[in-house]
Amino acid sequence: MEGASPDGTLLLGSILLLALSGVPGLFARKGGSGGERLATLLACVASAAGLVPAVRILFFGAGFRMELPSPLPGGPILLAADPLSALFLLPVFLVPALGAVYGLGYWAEAEHLRDGRKLRFFMGLLAASMAAVLVARSGVAFVVAWEVMALAAFFAATTEDRQPAVREAGWIYLVATHAGTLGLFGMTAVLRATTGSFAWEAPEGGLAVTGSASVVFLLALVGFGAKAGLFPFHFWLPGAHAGAPSHVSAVMSGVMLKVGLYGILRITSLYGTPPAWWGGLLLVLGATSALYGAALAAGQNDLKRLLAYSSIENVGIISTGIGVALLGRSAARPEWIALGLGGALLHVLFHSLFKPLLFLGAGAVIHGTGTREMDLMGGLLKKMPKTGAAFAIGCAAVAALPPLNGFFSEFLVYLGLLRAFSGPGEALLAGFAAPALALAGGVALAAFVKLFGVVFLGNPRSEKAAHAHEPGNFMRVPILLLAAACLAAGLLSPLLAPGLDAATAAWAAKSRVGIPALAAVAPLATVATWGAALLGLLALTAAATAFLIRRRTVSRGPTWDCGYARPTARMQYTGSSFGDWIAARLTPRVAATLLEERLPEGIFPRGARVSAAAPARDPVLLRLLEPFAQRWARRFYDLHALQEGRLTIYLVYVLGTLIALLAWSVLRGWFPPQ
Amino acid sequence: MINTLVHVLLVLALPPLLPGVIARTKAAFAGRNGPPLLQGYYDLARLLRKGSVLPSGSGWVFLAGPVAGVAAPLFASLLLPFGGHSAPVSFAGDMILFAYVLALSRFFTATAALDTGSAFEGMGAAREVAFSCLAEPALFFGFVALARISGSLSLSTMLGTGPGWVTAGAPLVLVAASWAVVLLAENCRIPFDDPNTHLELTMIHEVMVLDHGGPAFGLVLYGASVKLFVLSALFLRVVFPFNVTDPRLDWIAFVAGILLVALSIGVVESVMARLRLVKVPQLLVGACVLSAFGMLLLAR
Repeated sequence: MEGASPDGTLLLGSILLLALSGVPGLFARKGGSGGERLATLLACVASAAGLVPAVRILFFGAGFRMELPSPLPGGPILLAADPLSALFLLPVFLVPALGAVYGLGYWAEAEHLRDGRKLRFFMGLLAASMAAVLVARSGVAFVVAWEVMALAAFFAATTEDRQPAVREAGWIYLVATHAGTLGLFGMTAVLRATTGSFAWEAPEGGLAVTGSASVVFLLALVGFGAKAGLFPFHFWLPGAHAGAPSHVSAVMSGVMLKVGLYGILRITSLYGTPPAWWGGLLLVLGATSALYGAALAAGQNDLKRLLAYSSIENVGIISTGIGVALLGRSAARPEWIALGLGGALLHVLFHSLFKPLLFLGAGAVIHGTGTREMDLMGGLLKKMPKTGAAFAIGCAAVAALPPLNGFFSEFLVYLGLLRAFSGPGEALLAGFAAPALALAGGVALAAFVKLFGVVFLGNPRSEKAAHAHEPGNFMRVPILLLAAACLAAGLLSPLLAPGLDAATAAWAAKSRVGIPALAAVAPLATVATWGAALLGLLALTAAATAFLIRRRTVSRGPTWDCGYARPTARMQYTGSSFGDWIAARLTPRVAATLLEERLPEGIFPRGARVSAAAPARDPVLLRLLEPFAQRWARRFYDLHALQEGRLTIYLVYVLGTLIALLAWSVLRGWFPPQ
Repeated sequence: MINTLVHVLLVLALPPLLPGVIARTKAAFAGRNGPPLLQGYYDLARLLRKGSVLPSGSGWVFLAGPVAGVAAPLFASLLLPFGGHSAPVSFAGDMILFAYVLALSRFFTATAALDTGSAFEGMGAAREVAFSCLAEPALFFGFVALARISGSLSLSTMLGTGPGWVTAGAPLVLVAASWAVVLLAENCRIPFDDPNTHLELTMIHEVMVLDHGGPAFGLVLYGASVKLFVLSALFLRVVFPFNVTDPRLDWIAFVAGILLVALSIGVVESVMARLRLVKVPQLLVGACVLSAFGMLLLAR
């Protein structure tokens, strides 16, 4: 083993421990709590141990690089962590551990005899493989870790595989992730052909940007974009995230999507001066994802699908930042790089705080009410005050409202876009992207007003909602911790700036431009100070209001419903109505479809009924991929004959392929190319 | 220091005057006397002394709406230059904070409406968030254009580009026109909404606050007038980006300008009818397109 260091040993050890955290539980007594507690303990210990080297590498300039001899073809296994990997490692070690604690309450072994142990095993494996992807630096190791991650996520997400919807979503995810992996295979091969080795390391000055570089970039965009949920490769995401148990959704949405973005960053970091269209393309895809995700989120009625679409929006915001940074590298504009990538990376960190918060909160709601349908909820803030308040913080954070953390990262992205348009050597695309993000932000605000308002405010719309209850401590503590983090992280973001600088420098190391410190180009500290002042002003106004109201008589009465004396809970504005206006205008062809409509007739109308539902599948899937896939599936129908279903036949295929390859290489030896 | 003090005093004291000016203008057009100019202050004094009735089933969110509705626009005013004086708080990118602080008040106003459990207020909340999300890009296209003209990312220098009217007159006209629409839409004035009808006929803002009474309603009215004041000041600085040399004259010019904007809103409200609801988004998209063209004219 070459290049071993204490940081590397600790990091690899914690990854191994994380991977094995669910294993002892497999042999524990079924239904007993020993296995699940041990698994959670191991996951927490491993994560805490892993955070140490991650923080050391990100903030204190540590690093590690080691080569393991490998029996497989493809050269030695190269493992390394630079600040860019370390930044992405932080959520990997934070969110799954909190998810494991949450799982003790949410997916208790005693209540889930059939799938509890399986879920914990794959959760540990998922977390560990994500960490492995982030430290793998040679093609073969990377693709292996990537595939383990994709499959662990598949098994974790399809925990409830007896539900047809979950099976279908899992199937679509499997197809999507393997289509992406195919892209990565191609990318790895082309990269190997250019550099002559599987190691993803570039010489000083970076790899030359040739035609094959653009092929690598496009393949990376497909392979990693499919994992990140970037439009138009996002189609698997809403179903998979909605069908998974909530703490799995939290890990997938909060962490796994970011691993896809990491891949794009890792590959683009290899090149010296990327062509301008790379950044432009990412900027366009990012802004489109942001708009699309926000618009679809506003139209959803399923609690978790809404959150999943909002993840697409946030991935779009991050990609927009990456796009600005790429443009900065091709135009040699250091401040675009610092602002764009700084904002993107900060959003990576902050999204992995507020999105898990929202998914875990949604899990508590589902646990309490037994449904994911928002229109059956209402008034939950009174039943679950603490979770509800934490959820409100999450909603405000994801809508980028100051002084919560989401604002600070979006602030940097906006600043990068405005700089890119206002300075010399302007990028016109950036001038359009800023208002597009503003529109997406406005729509996302509408979506989260709807989410919080319909679920937690007003009066309960159904029996289930009326009997909701605050979850147990195992579930509540992670939620409250994440809410506190969302509240504090934005105001403390100046402290994170050195880490962002280090990661940005690692990314742009081959560009040979001096990147300015984030603190020098963005007034993060000033914004944080004034954000705290805003919080103070809000508190002051609240205290004054409370004083004014308390002094006078306060009574309760029914709400004013245009003179209607007996408003009922069912007359409240529903979530579908709330989002309909936006959904119908921004995405007219894919908005909710009318299922049933019986309008009142005559002077004394009897029964009238209207029901509508948002489509259960993503529009891209429904309108583009499915017709396409069906057409092609018919053409390939004859190939079914090859699928015998007997192992021996497949072995024959393998043997035949081998012989054919051998024959080919022998033939090539006979007729050498001129 | 003294300028900051004047700034804060103005934004605290002046806003309730604006609805009075608008009402008097409309009355003059209709041949009536109209309410006293200081009616806004009288209303506030009366409301703050009243008791309140809270809708059954509502919680802290119901009161968070009025609180954020006052605190957020007041805070936003600190980021805005008033007349020739630069803002008390100014840094690169302060206009982003400005826009999102206003979004903060929108979030809580709309959720407060949903907390009542009333169908009607829910409808108002839905309209508020829907129309505002179209106003947002119009605002940002304007920001992008102004940042480009001035080469600065801070409101105090972005908005003070007197020479901009010489070098980039056409884009500024487009941005000003677009922001005039934003000013009317965000404050729910005619042609978007009629704040005078107050009950069922009002479609957006006033709908959301039907259940607020007493001090809470006082805060709502005050917050709405502060927002009107702040957005008027923003608009004023685009239309009139010049500094009068003397600081005192600057303040006087600013107050006169704000009153003039209020007067113009009164004129618009007198000569126009409210649009049908389905037409509202068209006008807002039109505003976006105007400022987008303003931005495009600047790109080479």
